[in-house]
Amino acid sequence: MNGIIEIGVAQLLAAYVFLVILLAITRRQGIGREKEILLSSLRMTIQLIIMGYVLVYIFHVNHFLLSIGILVFMEYFAIRNIYSRIKIKINQRLRRVITLSMLFGTTLTIIYFLLIVIGLKPWYETRYFIPIAGMIIGNSMTGISLGAERLIDGIKSRKEMVEGALMLGATPERATKTIVNDAFTAAIIPTINSMVGMGIVFLPGMMTGQILSGVSPLTAIEYQIAIMLGILGSVSLTVFAMVQLGYKTFFNERSQLEHGEL
Amino acid sequence: MFLLSDVTFKNIINIEKLRIPRNKITCIVGESGSGKTTLLKLLNHLISCDSGEIWCQGKNLKEIDPVLLRREVVMLSQAPLIFPGTLKDNLLIGLDFSEKKPVEDKELFELLKSVKLDKDLSANVSEFSGGEKQRLALCRIMLMEPEVFLLDEPSSALDDETEELIIEKMVSFTKKKNKTLVMVTHSKRIAQTHGELTVTMDKGKIIQVEEAVK
Repeated sequence: MNGIIEIGVAQLLAAYVFLVILLAITRRQGIGREKEILLSSLRMTIQLIIMGYVLVYIFHVNHFLLSIGILVFMEYFAIRNIYSRIKIKINQRLRRVITLSMLFGTTLTIIYFLLIVIGLKPWYETRYFIPIAGMIIGNSMTGISLGAERLIDGIKSRKEMVEGALMLGATPERATKTIVNDAFTAAIIPTINSMVGMGIVFLPGMMTGQILSGVSPLTAIEYQIAIMLGILGSVSLTVFAMVQLGYKTFFNERSQLEHGEL
Repeated sequence: MFLLSDVTFKNIINIEKLRIPRNKITCIVGESGSGKTTLLKLLNHLISCDSGEIWCQGKNLKEIDPVLLRREVVMLSQAPLIFPGTLKDNLLIGLDFSEKKPVEDKELFELLKSVKLDKDLSANVSEFSGGEKQRLALCRIMLMEPEVFLLDEPSSALDDETEELIIEKMVSFTKKKNKTLVMVTHSKRIAQTHGELTVTMDKGKIIQVEEAVK
């Protein structure tokens, strides 16, 4: 059998039975979250329907400006999302560092991945460009949020140690070395862990999608392996740039810890 | 060694003039909150003054590389700092920070013995008592042999007997190696016994500078 079985409207409606079951349970048990569940399901449905039509249009037009426009749009929302995810104060300079690192790390990886790894022609082919850029940006966003939070928290909670090291003639780089390394590790660990479970504990979404649409599992795993490595590369690159430039935002030009930036 | 002129820092420090001599023991005394620690931080350039000038050996602090300055004007904070790792790691970390060569274990043993810290080099430092940590922190900076030692209440966690031993050790070390020692202390006795110059501070001002007659 080749290709995918089309789901008709009636069949799709049948899938909403699962939602009805959940609603019945919450009502019976008096959990009282029916409104929230309904609203979430409704949002999911509408958002995906819109997304479906938008993608059909984008794939049809397949213009390089569309690819770039969507890349900019995704980066913008990813960066905003990073700021809102980090629950502690981020100083102004660190915000700039986060933005620059995200743009630099993800763009470099996306270009390398599309041109060298996949050998995409034309380079902006939206069908490839958008989902791949999305996966790389999304994962880097999670990594950099974790890393930045760890960095800020580390310097804040260990400021006596950082100042103690400065007193003894350490450079700001040396004084924050452990904190910077901790932040980097914390940021890349989820990606590394997800690689360990892959193929055994779960089948990743992209691969499942490809298999369902009739692609050979062998092709699907090739893509999956490549994208995992791409994600790893992008997360490492963005987080490395962020921590290496980020620690500096807590010091002034006289190598003094800026308490106001904490 | 240091010259301060019209130095202010927030509402904490307001020093018109202060000269701290080279190769001498200077004790800084005064009530809590009189600005003693802040003065040390200014000399170590961990903070910059809001106005006024500080000179170190004729050079304006603003024009000296702050990291290189701190390698020669080393400060020891009141609460002894402990870094993750063994006793040996903790002793050598000052040399590591200041990019100097590590010393042989033998030298470490001798130094530890001289401050009566009878511990194994692989000992777990986090289990040390306050006094032991304080002595470790002192050994750490002695190994660095900087031009100036800035000590913030180096004996606050020690009993009288150990206090006398440690201060004695620090003073003789400074003298033997021709270094400069600036020490904040609560103890009038220490200032009287060891201070060649005693600076009394109150509310950020220098209210008395006394030279010992010896």
